Amino acid sequence: MAIKDYIRQRYFPQMWCPGCGHGIILNALLRAVDEMGLDKNNIVMTSGIGCSARISGYVDFHSLHTLHGRALAFATGVKLSKPELTLLVPMGDGDALAIGGNHFIHAARRNIDMTAIVMNNRIYGMTGGQYSPLSGPGKKATTAPYTTIDNDFDVVKLSIAAGASFVARSTAYHVLECIDILKKAIEHKGFSVVEILSQCPTHYGRKNKEGDASQMLEFQKNTTAKLGSKALEQDPTLIPRGVFVDIDAPEYCQEYDRIVERAMKGSQNQIHKFDKTLRDEANQTCPKP
Amino acid sequence: MTDNIKFVQGNEACVEGALYAGIDFYAGYPITPSTEVAELLSKRLPEKGGKFIQMEDEIASMCAIIGASLTGHKVMTATSGPGFSLKQEALGYACMAEIPCVIVNVQRGGPSTGNPTHVSQGDINQARWGTHGDHAIIALTASNHQDVFEVTVDAFNLAETYRTPVILLFDEVVGHMREKLVIPEKGEIPLVDRLRTSVRKGVDYHPYLPREDGRLPMSDFGGEHRYNVTGLFHDMWGFPSNNHQVVRELLHHLVDKIENNVHSITRYKEHYLEGAEYILISYGSSARSAIHMAKNRRERGEKVGVLELQSIWPFPEAMVREKCAGAKAVIVVEMNMGQVMKEVKACVDDSSKVFLANRIDNKLITPTNIKTLLRMIQGRGV
Ligand SMILES: Cc1ncc(C[n+]2csc(CCOP(=O)(O)OP(=O)(O)O)c2C)c(N)n1
Ligand code: SF4
Ligand SMILES: [Mg+2]
Repeated sequence: MAIKDYIRQRYFPQMWCPGCGHGIILNALLRAVDEMGLDKNNIVMTSGIGCSARISGYVDFHSLHTLHGRALAFATGVKLSKPELTLLVPMGDGDALAIGGNHFIHAARRNIDMTAIVMNNRIYGMTGGQYSPLSGPGKKATTAPYTTIDNDFDVVKLSIAAGASFVARSTAYHVLECIDILKKAIEHKGFSVVEILSQCPTHYGRKNKEGDASQMLEFQKNTTAKLGSKALEQDPTLIPRGVFVDIDAPEYCQEYDRIVERAMKGSQNQIHKFDKTLRDEANQTCPKP
Repeated sequence: MTDNIKFVQGNEACVEGALYAGIDFYAGYPITPSTEVAELLSKRLPEKGGKFIQMEDEIASMCAIIGASLTGHKVMTATSGPGFSLKQEALGYACMAEIPCVIVNVQRGGPSTGNPTHVSQGDINQARWGTHGDHAIIALTASNHQDVFEVTVDAFNLAETYRTPVILLFDEVVGHMREKLVIPEKGEIPLVDRLRTSVRKGVDYHPYLPREDGRLPMSDFGGEHRYNVTGLFHDMWGFPSNNHQVVRELLHHLVDKIENNVHSITRYKEHYLEGAEYILISYGSSARSAIHMAKNRRERGEKVGVLELQSIWPFPEAMVREKCAGAKAVIVVEMNMGQVMKEVKACVDDSSKVFLANRIDNKLITPTNIKTLLRMIQGRGV
């Protein structure tokens, strides 16, 4: 199918600024879905609040645009109640790791089957450029006129420690790599995290003198390197890209299905036991003719 | 057969009611005095193929049940004071996105952590206005276990009928006390199932276009119709809109669908109310003391009766005004600083004859407490 078969044209033009990285990520995600040949009726996208979260309105899937930080909690209800659905959960960096940080680590810990995509522009885009837990120290933001002193999370390390069974990173610049990684992440049975470095030229770019969108994309190219590459070996300050973890681990909904099986057997046994008691009593009290 | 007669806690009666109503999904976080609801459902739900999940907090629990409702399931969560506070943002989301769900609040002493193991009825107004913005809400309550069962079934039915969150406001005494419960046969209490759209595949489905009767047929996530759900003001497609007319009409719809149906939502009971000169208005566990007191007074020939509220929101103003019209005095019996009393004062013909008999020390109000006030009103010696 063509990409436009996956979008709700009725709702375009989209609200993102020119040069925003979020549109590139939307494009990569739709191409991944298309290449995988997934049925649109089986896909649910839940998102929170932020520029990134608006992505769910534009896609022609079942879409649930929720509350700031809570996308994974809503997604957990959708998934556990109907495990056959494929859950895509794109989130902003603030959305996923500030207000939603607790849901993030717990969804990872459960290893519930869904794909969490952190659209990391290192800033609160929607509210006008305040620093996020992924900004890192020494950055300028509307709430950090003297530069930030907060350390940032390493999304990859955090996800691995929390129990995600698929963890990867890419950037908006490396869009083909994104498509490939997203396909693997969606395919993966368990909690998948894909961090995609995105750019917010409007706020982060301007405040931190990183230039326009193309310069920011260039920056993504120059400050990252593929896992196992020579470049990374030579310069460990580069941010590694690629798939960090891809393991088979018990998935939450499958494990719960086994609980259901056991519980149902248990209640059947109880009914049998109860019937038997009744029969025994009947045998005792009613002498046979 | 006698296996449908049980001796249970109120929280268990609530669970039985939820199961009778057809609950298939529960998400929650433990908190006294509601925890038994979660414990019991963690066992009972998988036995019928349903799902139980203990989330990381009450916010997540509220969000998870909304997600599960959208896949076509009957859902519930239970909590108490602090957890009820945490649920408020997502509760507003359920109002705005019109998601059927049931929220149980087994009230304890507050504010803050307050008094986990003791009774209070302090969350009446929080149930009404806990979440921000104009909205309408349904809140039901009960004073005994048979009624806990029935209003729980009712809550599920109303949630489906009006596509709205419904709050069950129980309290610690009702939740923890044990008494008899008779579980009705299947079919004895009618159940309202999800109203699903009849729009076929390939034909435009408008998830937020009310039918003539005001109801909005739903389509399950995972089904043929793909649409958007949001907490932003939205048009008939479910897509965000800040068109002034869309905003105004949606807000009116959200409020009117409930406020215009107060008469069908109103639930109450009368105890010795016939010809009563002194009317006690009460609900939940405090109604038990009110009923006890009224019975004793009637036995001595005094005309005292009880109007027991089972629906608190939308407040049944017309019914209360009518019932209290001929009373010499109306005494609201509750365990807070007069939250329902203010509603009663606002709706009766003469607010100067409305009095408050309350306790706010986290102890159950007694018949004697109420009688003391009655005697003062009557100008008789205590
Ligand atoms: C409970 C709550 N707190 C705060 C906000 C305001 N708010 C909206 S979006 C946002 C941050 C968005 O940043 P991010 O998640 O990084 O997404 P981006 O816009 O950068 O894509 C904030 C703080 C809100 N909507 N809800
Ligand atoms: S403010 Fe930043 S994140 Fe938001 S749309 Fe504009 S460029 Fe993108
Ligand atoms: Mg951001």
